[in-house]
Amino acid sequence: MPLDTKAPAGNGQADAPFQQVGARPVRPDGVDKVTGRAKFGADQKLPGMLIGRVLRSPHPHARIRAIDTAKAEALEGVKAVVTCADFPDIGSGEVMAAEGDESLRDIVANVMARDKALYEGHAVAAVAATSATVARKALSLIEVDYEPLPHVTDVEAAMRPDAPLLHEDMFTSGIEPKPEKPSNIARRMEITLGDVAEGFAEADFVIERDFKTEAAHQGYIEPQACLASFAEDGQAELWCCTQGHYFVRNACARLLGIDVSKLRVTASEIGGGFGGKTTVFIEPVALALSRKAGRPVRLVMSRDEVFRATGPTSSTSMWVKAGVTKDGRMTAGEAVLKYQGGAFAGSPVEWGAMSAFACYDLAHVKVIGYDVVANRPKAAAYRAPGSPMSAYAVESVVDELATAIGMDPVELRLKNAAREGTQAAYGPKFGPNGLVATLEAARDHDHTKAPLGPGQGRGVASGFWFNFGGETCVSMNVAGDGTVTLSIGTPDIGGTRAAQCQIAAEELGIGYDQVRSIVADTSSLGYNDMTGGSRVAFAVGLATIQAARAVIEDLCARAAKIWGISPDAVVWEGGAARPAGPNAGDFDPLSLADLAKVAANTGGPIAGHSEINAEGAGISFGTHIADVEVDKETGRVSVTRYTVIQDAGKAIHPGYVEGQYQGGAVQGIGWALNEEYIYGEDGRLQNPGFLDYRIPVASDVPMIDTVIVEVPNPGHPYGVRGVGETPIVPPLAAVANAVKDATGVRMTTLPMSPPRVLEALDAALGETGAEGGEA
Amino acid sequence: MGLGTAGMRFEAPETLDAAVTLLHGEAGLARPLAGGTDLLVQLRAGAVEPDLIVDLKRIPEMRQIAAVDGGFRIGAAVTGAELGEHPDLKKAWPGVVEATELIGSTQIQGRASLGGNLCNASPAADSVPAMIAAAAAVTVAGPDGRREVPVEEFIAGPGQTCLAKGEIVVAVNLPPRPDHAGDAYLRFIPRTEMDIAVVGAGVSLTLDDGGLCTHARVALGAVAATPILVPAAADALIGTNGDEDALTRMAEAASAACRPIDDKRGTKAYRIKVAGVMARRAAEIALERARSC
Amino acid sequence: MSRQVSATINGDAVDFLCEPEETLLDVLRDRLALTGSKEGCGSGDCGACSVMLDGRLVCSCLVLGAEAEGRVIETIEGMADGKGLHPLQRHFLEQAALQCGNCTPGFLVAAKALLDRDPEPSETEVRYWLAGNLCRCTGYDKIVRAVLSAAAEMREA
Repeated sequence: MPLDTKAPAGNGQADAPFQQVGARPVRPDGVDKVTGRAKFGADQKLPGMLIGRVLRSPHPHARIRAIDTAKAEALEGVKAVVTCADFPDIGSGEVMAAEGDESLRDIVANVMARDKALYEGHAVAAVAATSATVARKALSLIEVDYEPLPHVTDVEAAMRPDAPLLHEDMFTSGIEPKPEKPSNIARRMEITLGDVAEGFAEADFVIERDFKTEAAHQGYIEPQACLASFAEDGQAELWCCTQGHYFVRNACARLLGIDVSKLRVTASEIGGGFGGKTTVFIEPVALALSRKAGRPVRLVMSRDEVFRATGPTSSTSMWVKAGVTKDGRMTAGEAVLKYQGGAFAGSPVEWGAMSAFACYDLAHVKVIGYDVVANRPKAAAYRAPGSPMSAYAVESVVDELATAIGMDPVELRLKNAAREGTQAAYGPKFGPNGLVATLEAARDHDHTKAPLGPGQGRGVASGFWFNFGGETCVSMNVAGDGTVTLSIGTPDIGGTRAAQCQIAAEELGIGYDQVRSIVADTSSLGYNDMTGGSRVAFAVGLATIQAARAVIEDLCARAAKIWGISPDAVVWEGGAARPAGPNAGDFDPLSLADLAKVAANTGGPIAGHSEINAEGAGISFGTHIADVEVDKETGRVSVTRYTVIQDAGKAIHPGYVEGQYQGGAVQGIGWALNEEYIYGEDGRLQNPGFLDYRIPVASDVPMIDTVIVEVPNPGHPYGVRGVGETPIVPPLAAVANAVKDATGVRMTTLPMSPPRVLEALDAALGETGAEGGEA
Repeated sequence: MGLGTAGMRFEAPETLDAAVTLLHGEAGLARPLAGGTDLLVQLRAGAVEPDLIVDLKRIPEMRQIAAVDGGFRIGAAVTGAELGEHPDLKKAWPGVVEATELIGSTQIQGRASLGGNLCNASPAADSVPAMIAAAAAVTVAGPDGRREVPVEEFIAGPGQTCLAKGEIVVAVNLPPRPDHAGDAYLRFIPRTEMDIAVVGAGVSLTLDDGGLCTHARVALGAVAATPILVPAAADALIGTNGDEDALTRMAEAASAACRPIDDKRGTKAYRIKVAGVMARRAAEIALERARSC
Repeated sequence: MSRQVSATINGDAVDFLCEPEETLLDVLRDRLALTGSKEGCGSGDCGACSVMLDGRLVCSCLVLGAEAEGRVIETIEGMADGKGLHPLQRHFLEQAALQCGNCTPGFLVAAKALLDRDPEPSETEVRYWLAGNLCRCTGYDKIVRAVLSAAAEMREA
């Protein structure tokens, strides 16, 4: 939609300062959350509610020859049992997710295994019973005839021609001619700009390295949970924690064979998502159980199930090569990225490939990406999906280039930074953006000047995320007392209800506390793409602005009617309609409350709404500075200081923008240092819990300093850019670069857990007799 | 979510005899319950399905700390938090207290007990190397009466103790602390908190008036099937004043005594190396404590 | 076989029935509709179920419902005293120390337990005390600041 970019009309002059935007009000859902009143996925109940539990494959790969549920069905207290027979055998259909297409066929096969169990933890059956104890007993009575098959969990191993094959019908797409034999490589893709051979020929130094990263999980504190209720007339209600309740509605309606409008999905408060709740796992199962049982069913995942059977991100094997002249001009970048996406196609390798060299103005780029399947749970999005891994590899090599030519790493990045007009390898020319601003801020920051102690090192890295717009509806209604309700359709995972209230208040010229924002259910508002892709502040904000301006237009028309003048002669300023032009000063202004009070007499209720497919999302760049201290006798790495500098375009609520920067950075630190999926030879996950899947705890990290840079996004009236994802992109390399600075050792495998670091330190000592070297 | 099996029973006796009777007399599987920080996790994982749970926390002597003959008698169900709030105990045996206080989070500390940590018999139990170094002994009560067992003889293997059916640990007994003595416990974990020890080292030593070490005990955790006493490491310190050389030999002896496994928390090689590092660092702290009193 | 348990919860005398295998967390959430305490892991690793039991900070997922007999329990629902929010709750709101809010009840109960025994903790002491409360959204920075600033306010009062 065409939107002007001048300051909001409700504010007076075009260049008047913002009244609400940029402030730090308390979030509208805050009191409920600090008192325990807020209701999350597992907090709702209904009369007659049954407890659902899922039976999961103990084998990482097995043919399912038969499932006998008779004994379970006969157990007293069991009201329903479902298997794949209760779900349609879908060919290939599509339901849009926020950050890419997902094949519904794969979704349904993941939700309930069909002929094969493809990973340990893959759902094979489910029960609904009158208590958790009965449900557990019922699961033990289900007899599954498995034929275990050889398995593969490592991405390189999965790519070999002799690897155990997951899907008989997987022929690598993107290769011409199409391969004759199926394999575990779902897709090969390539991005090319210029000619890398030419680019490397120009370079004085060329560095190439291999990297490996292990799989990580989003680690949200709230396990997936839902409450499904199917009525006898085929109408259904679903309460669930999700980042996209419209997606859930559409997917579940398809999987249960009902009309979309017959299913009402209400998004509960969500205890974290980070991309991991942008798909369905247990929701269709709960609905199927409820339909069969004729009673509501609550299905909640245990933490063990969350690790084994939701959507971690990919483990990867990467190769990166980059070249630079001796005076610091980067000439070419090349990479081969291999990402395994679990048991089905859809790893985020394409985004990893697109973003890999996005921070640099390079004439020659070639990135090849492989989307590989393996006997692991189906990957889901995790905050800037695919980008942290490729950035880790690229930013590590850029660091090496800087060392090779004796240049400061920030200076090297500044010399080669993508700017406005830079041709990105993945297609577009960049608009105005803040990468240079973040690099300059890093260069000038106190952190960069602070002295380092013994055993300490400092690293810098930059990162990028595209950010998305997407389909969005909002509805704004003015009550008789002049207060406003704003219905949005995107679950609030970061404080966006507060931001939308600020935007609405800003546009209308009223107080923040006169606007109340709610997340509507799927029956109450039009379709919304999910919360993800850092799109809510941007796209929902755009829609809110549009709806507010529609309300303002209506308000001005009402005032005009009351005054008997043309609506063209009315302006909205400072929260009131004022006569302008030839009638200026003729009438006292009418506030929103004044007009709302008499709305019935001037045309009825006052409302505005907006339905858009938002475009013009602004890319967001960030640069991070990390200080670490390495205990050389144990290999333990501690982060002693950390700074996030990122471009927000315009921070609606700086407190929540800072929160995104800090949260993403700490997730990245965890991924860099200790988080990994550990598989045994038997293909089973060894650490499906928070004890041994080690996310950072409060004592592991220092305060995370933040700098919000604002280079306005021309695609948004206030200049807003999404900020939620970029913060997780630089930390992996920032910490690795700091470890290199502290020890002289380049860690090329993540996480940099103490045993790996100690082994690398010892190897370096052994090789050279002194510090330095590559691990 | 529900743990255990339908039909599981729960009793909370108020005397030791009643507890012993219940545990001894149970035909099926009975489990005593102190803090529950191991038992409930195992119940939830389906690793154990007891028919009877006997809560020991309403038995007064299980909850008390008493000064006895210059030493201490600590009820087996006393929590880590309570240990940490006992000034005399902290002063006399800081290593034992700090080891217990390392178990889990503040929330776990509010419940976890020395008795439970010992009886759970994990090779990586934090309190055990410190208790072994301190030459602690436990009082066991059973159908045949009471007996005393040195802590280093108590654990038979991973998850296995020397307790017979119906027996429970009643108290942990710490000897008096001599002058110029100190103890310390250190463990290696990848984060700063919340991890199971990859290596744990407990050191207790006594110096004479001239600063020479006359007595030492060194114990390691998470490097063998059970926590182990390492006489060779102690011998490296005895007769020395804890100089660099002695500490290096002590660390080597500690590493040499390890019989670790590769698991998701550490490799063999890593544990062997870090055992030496932790033993040395714990010894340094124990020496400092011994020198300052 | 259900047993009847009597306890004091947030100052009120409460009687409930529970099975031996139910945890205190199950009882609070499913029997007493006190859903403020959350189950993040069920194994004492995340602290989202934190409550006070006879004045001790514990994970309610690791306490059996039956053990509550005769005990005094305080949950997040009892933190605001009916007249207004506790300073910790207010500071969490004002300092944006919560995003999704799922870990927040656990943090508030744990932080209050700290400030009730130590009114002037250092940043390091706050971080180590709260190490058993996992947060994935905030990176802990604003949580720690909110606890320190609430402590400062409470010291003035």
